[in-house]
Amino acid sequence: MDQKKTTLDLFNNVDLATELRLGLPGTDNQPEIIKSSLSGNKRTSSEMGSSTCTDENESRFSPPTKEQVVGWPPVRSYRKNILQVKKTESEMGSGMYVKVSMDGAPYLRKLDLKMYQSYEELMKGLQVMFKCIIGLYFEREGYNGSQHVPTYEDKDGDWMLVGDVPWEMFISSCKRLRIMKSCEARGLGDC
Amino acid sequence: MNNNQMCESDGKSRTGSGTGEYFITYPDQVLENVLENVLLFLKSRYDRNAVSLVCKSWYRAEAYTRSDLFIGNCYSVAPRRVTQRFTRVRSVTIKGKPRFADFSLLPQDWGAHFTPWVLTMASAYRALEKIHLKRMSVTDDDLAVVAHSFPNFKELVLVCCDGFGTSGLAVVVSECRCLRVLELIEDEVTDDEVDWISCFPSDGVTNLESLAFDCVESAINFESLEKLVARSPLLKKLRLNRHVSIPQLYRLLIRAPRLTHLGTGSFSPSEEQPQNDSSRESDYLSAFAACRSIVCLSGFREIAPEYLPAIVPICANLTSLNLSYANIDAEQLKPVIRLCHKLQVFWVLDSICDEGLQAVAETCKDLRELRVFPIDAAENAEGPVSEVGLLAIALGCRKLQSILYFCQQMTNAAVVAMSKNCPDLVVFRLCIIGRYRPDCLTGEPMDEGFGAIVKNCKKLTRLAVSGLLTDKAFCYIGQYGKLVKTLSVAFAGDSDMGLKYVLEGCTNLQKLEIRDSPFGDSALLSGLHHFYNMRFVWMSSCRVTREGCLNVARHLPRLVVEVFRRDEEEGGERGDFVDTLYMYRSLDGPRADAPRFVKIL
Repeated sequence: MDQKKTTLDLFNNVDLATELRLGLPGTDNQPEIIKSSLSGNKRTSSEMGSSTCTDENESRFSPPTKEQVVGWPPVRSYRKNILQVKKTESEMGSGMYVKVSMDGAPYLRKLDLKMYQSYEELMKGLQVMFKCIIGLYFEREGYNGSQHVPTYEDKDGDWMLVGDVPWEMFISSCKRLRIMKSCEARGLGDC
Repeated sequence: MNNNQMCESDGKSRTGSGTGEYFITYPDQVLENVLENVLLFLKSRYDRNAVSLVCKSWYRAEAYTRSDLFIGNCYSVAPRRVTQRFTRVRSVTIKGKPRFADFSLLPQDWGAHFTPWVLTMASAYRALEKIHLKRMSVTDDDLAVVAHSFPNFKELVLVCCDGFGTSGLAVVVSECRCLRVLELIEDEVTDDEVDWISCFPSDGVTNLESLAFDCVESAINFESLEKLVARSPLLKKLRLNRHVSIPQLYRLLIRAPRLTHLGTGSFSPSEEQPQNDSSRESDYLSAFAACRSIVCLSGFREIAPEYLPAIVPICANLTSLNLSYANIDAEQLKPVIRLCHKLQVFWVLDSICDEGLQAVAETCKDLRELRVFPIDAAENAEGPVSEVGLLAIALGCRKLQSILYFCQQMTNAAVVAMSKNCPDLVVFRLCIIGRYRPDCLTGEPMDEGFGAIVKNCKKLTRLAVSGLLTDKAFCYIGQYGKLVKTLSVAFAGDSDMGLKYVLEGCTNLQKLEIRDSPFGDSALLSGLHHFYNMRFVWMSSCRVTREGCLNVARHLPRLVVEVFRRDEEEGGERGDFVDTLYMYRSLDGPRADAPRFVKIL
């Protein structure tokens, strides 16, 4: 738990104004963070893709158990799965995690949309996480003055520019986020 | 040579070919004729087995007249032997994998294939009408064989089966014109993206009496389903999957008000529906009110609890209610359960807590079967139900016959109380989820509680034990459990003595499944006198060695002794001990389809 706090603290201390990079999100200047997050908090290490066998058994919401015993208790996996899905879904009510990808980054991150109350806060969070600058949103021109443009995939599977719809509507329809390079994002803002 | 070609000139027996009917002429054998006519009324397979032992002519007469075949273990006998003895079978029930397969303790490709059975029956049983399978691997090809081989085919019931998909279903429903019953219960059905519901013949009415597909994960074409229900005047049982929403359920209910058994599907509003659609609530209430005949209600796969009161109009008629997929609390349950005076079977999640169980105990005085499933199956979870709930049920539901109860804590006192208050108990399965947990009040092992059950419940035939148990518990079981046929043991016992008590004392034992208990070779040997009387013995993660298993195999040549590892590594051993031992009697020796990782000794 401590190590997780350290990671966040270090992110908060980074000077955003000068940190425009295309490197791996959340890496490089602080190699210690990666090491500590790999060895420490199970949650972070599972996000980074190193799956130990316990990760599959542990849902991120349950406290770590001493050992998972196969087939115990004797509840049919069919029944377990359904309840597990429902449990996660009901707990999801208090946390809305979406995948976030950034063009050029080798792996994705996850972001809890419920942590933010507005687009402004979301942008701040994205910029911290990916060490990038997103710039300001303009209704007509989209995102001006930045190399990165935030987009999202909605319920219908379409890729939309972040910021057009009211925040509440955005939260309920956003399935995942993608930070595009602005040269590729041409055409999204033109309507 | 098959029955179709057999035609002896002395008029002994002649069976018809391919028309879906059997007929026999007996010019001289009046006595056998009389016997056969009498035997036609004998349905119980136990009685029939006894009849067949009287003498050769009774054996023959019984074989001709047996129409319902029951194979408790698909590997205990070869299909050919069966079809040669019983030639006029109309209904077949076959069970395959051992029950622990449900809990991922059996490797994937272990066996229990339906294929050899269906191929043999295809030529032997032209008049076959019903197939009932449990824990078998059934392929789409097998289903196609069924559809093509039996012109009178009427009923298909698949329980806990896998290996087939919606394309197999499509073949069955489109070609079996006489189909009355199609019940898929807790199967794993692959989604081949075939719209099987639309494959029922669309001309005229169907003969459908029962359609259950609640376990089918893939979405179905609702318009087709609605039309199907509309042209199935005989439909009495309908169990929908979770892709059917409440408004859709409503549309089906108004077309089928004579249903007796209903599986409600998701029981939540559809995506497009606005959330608090109170204008429709009265519609739903009246739809249920019109279904005066519903006695068995299940489903609620993704329940929106605020809709539960819609079932109030039918509660008074219900004899069976399955809420085991519904995450509801005591307050949501009470208004409904208070009306269920006639309830005999109740399946529910422990989310209703002890308080919910108390409400059940207050109202459901006729309760025969109760199953309480855990909403959170983790060992360190908060236990919403406990000895308090069990005691309430024990005191309120005196007619209880069968109970399955998952909990995190229990006391001997509550279990003893149940043993005394529920003398009709036939099935007692208590699962204390935390392994090796003692009585939470006294700190003692749970020996006395289970001891009281076997002692006081004189009709007990099925028992599953859990919690901290010493050899003493097994001493009680061996001493008093004379009628016990099925015993399930996990993480229990101290030494070989435990298993010895059981094998020496439980004279009617047929099915024994043990996991993670310290029973070894000498205990196994103490059962040699009895293994031929049993359906199977399963022991996994115990202390039996390969030598011990070989010893048993040598003593009992008709016993098939399988040894394997759950992770399919060859050899079957994990360290000094055998990982899994599965043994069963067989008339036809070791099976030919054993996968590489299964060693038959």
